[in-house]
Amino acid sequence: MVLLKMKFNQQRRVRLAQGLWLLSWLAVMCGAFIFCLGVYLKTELLRRDEVMENTEIHVVPNILMMVGLASIGTNWVATRVCQDSLDASRFPRWKVLLLAWFVVAALLCCLLLAVVVLSYALQGRLEESLKVGLRNGIRFYKDTDVPGRCFQKETFDRLQMEFRCCGNNNFKDWFEVQWVSGRFLDYTAQEVKDRIRSNVDGRYLLDGVPFSCCNPASPRPCLQYHLTDNRAHFNYDYLSEDLNLYSRGCRQALTDYYMGLMNSTGPGVLSVILIQVSVILSLRYLQTAVEGAMALENPEGDSEGYILEKGVKETFEEVKVKVLTMIKLAQVDPEGVPDEAEAEKAADTATEKAASPTPAS
Amino acid sequence: MSVGKVTFTKVEREKLAEVLWLLNWISVVTGAILLGMGLFLKMEIQKWQEVMSEQGVLYVPHMLITTGLAACGINFLGGKICLDCADTNKFLRWKLVMMPYVICTFFFTACILAGALMCYSIRSQLEESLFLGLRHSMRYYKDTDTPGRCYLKRTLDLLQIQFQCCGNTGYQDWFQIQWISSRYLDLRSVAVVDRLRNNVEGKFLMDSVPFSCCSPLSPRPCIQQQLNRPLAHFNFDQQSQHLNLWRRGCRQALLDHYTVIMQSISLVVLLIWLFELLVLTGVRYLQTAMENVIRVGDPESESEGWILENSLAETARSNFNIIKNLGKCYQVDDDPNIDVPAMMAEQEIKSEQVQVQRTS
Repeated sequence: MVLLKMKFNQQRRVRLAQGLWLLSWLAVMCGAFIFCLGVYLKTELLRRDEVMENTEIHVVPNILMMVGLASIGTNWVATRVCQDSLDASRFPRWKVLLLAWFVVAALLCCLLLAVVVLSYALQGRLEESLKVGLRNGIRFYKDTDVPGRCFQKETFDRLQMEFRCCGNNNFKDWFEVQWVSGRFLDYTAQEVKDRIRSNVDGRYLLDGVPFSCCNPASPRPCLQYHLTDNRAHFNYDYLSEDLNLYSRGCRQALTDYYMGLMNSTGPGVLSVILIQVSVILSLRYLQTAVEGAMALENPEGDSEGYILEKGVKETFEEVKVKVLTMIKLAQVDPEGVPDEAEAEKAADTATEKAASPTPAS
Repeated sequence: MSVGKVTFTKVEREKLAEVLWLLNWISVVTGAILLGMGLFLKMEIQKWQEVMSEQGVLYVPHMLITTGLAACGINFLGGKICLDCADTNKFLRWKLVMMPYVICTFFFTACILAGALMCYSIRSQLEESLFLGLRHSMRYYKDTDTPGRCYLKRTLDLLQIQFQCCGNTGYQDWFQIQWISSRYLDLRSVAVVDRLRNNVEGKFLMDSVPFSCCSPLSPRPCIQQQLNRPLAHFNFDQQSQHLNLWRRGCRQALLDHYTVIMQSISLVVLLIWLFELLVLTGVRYLQTAMENVIRVGDPESESEGWILENSLAETARSNFNIIKNLGKCYQVDDDPNIDVPAMMAEQEIKSEQVQVQRTS
């Protein structure tokens, strides 16, 4: 029982070949688009590399770039096949390659689906990575004289200004860290000594934030220091003041940004998957129709095109048997005689079984 | 003696018509580019409209937009005309339109040149506009509760952050205005009252700047207060002071930003102008060649094309006479069929004089 059989006369075959040629070139452009998408995503992730602890999320753009390049090559091969399909002398050389082509194309579709799934699934890992990276960024904010960390301050300030966020979860993260370097502290001043003595580690902690946390939309000039002290500023209430600083944490801001990027590429990737699947199906029809036509006495006559020669189950069984025989062939040499002895034993038991019912009947 | 006379065979005329058709279509594309650049410039100026004092600067993008639209229209028409010019019969349809079309194209090409030159000349006007606009914005920075001015603070903060600048000419401009609203000043405090009494106008002036002047490149946390007294801060040496705030004034920053945009736009417009000049010359040659063919009467023969029929001086003189005589259409001329009472009166006076002489 053939799966999804369709009749093709010569004209329909020609139309199919032409349409598929156009569709394949469209698929080549889609492959280029997927590659560019991967490159863009990777650049965006690399730009904020310093506040991410690990690069697990990079698997998404890496797969996109790989699939994009492979898709360009695969669909270009499909265009060549289409061009040669109507020429009976040139088509046979593609016969061997086509099975491999179908496998590769199906694999590409699966990888694209996997990318869509991964971009949702890796959100938790991204957040973890950002949490640790931002914590380190805040901790090393003051170390502008330590080689390797001297740009942390600038990076973090620009990050907070660009993404309109403050701290890791919120602005209170800055209260727990010494973000003013000891080089700029007057250790003889009473205030400084008090603050250093007020905590176990001897750090200069204050209820203040850097200037990059300031919100330009606030109606009053920015208050950065003595934030928890209502009496330090006129007409100020710590609990109800929400416009003074950015209320969002940078981890949330960055996660939203990257999730937004990946979600907006979702529909594009899904439509590329659809196009690739239609190329695969159309090429299968073309292959079977042209092969059927070449087998006829009159090559211009009608032929049938189908997806699978037998039904899905039977094809699956056949493929399973083929794969198992291939595995067994690979195992014959090392095991040698025992296999043959087993086969003889199996044959003996079969003949015994055949012999045994006869006395009963 | 014609200016730029060239002889065209029939084949050459047809070739010229085809080439001009193609060039006209390319001109439609360049017209669209002109339109796009005008729209882009308009958007860029409108983005920071609040820190500019008058909107006179907008006439440049408006000029570019109208010229771009005119370019698309005129060159589209020109494409149709040139396509028809390859055939003498079809040309007769357009015969009357050709001369006005050439004149329109000439004026419109002059407009393109004017647009390009305007982009260069606008710099001084822009600087003045920015100076006044920034001074105005800084003065009303604190008025976040006044309708119509409540977003000036945010605009100015975002401007200083994005363009990495501070104040009008430099950060000291903030020392001369009160940028903290009285709503947030404790007017009962002695320190505040002292400051208010310190100057004639009763403004709360401080040697401090808003947070948006802070530079992230500084190795130390930003120092915004008491900038005139470096000793008030620990270890605040010259280098720290240099890196602490943005040194550039916002007027200079915005001026540089717009100058770059306008210079690149005017370069592209000049190139488009040269291209349009080429198209204009070609169309003029085609027009004169086709008219001469019709004058000769034989469509297959050679004809001459030129830019001007007579020399430059004679053409200028004849055009000037045409313009002069345009105003004289209601005056009397020497047509004998017209009743001229003035001349009869003169004759009567003369005959009387003769009679008087005879009698005397």
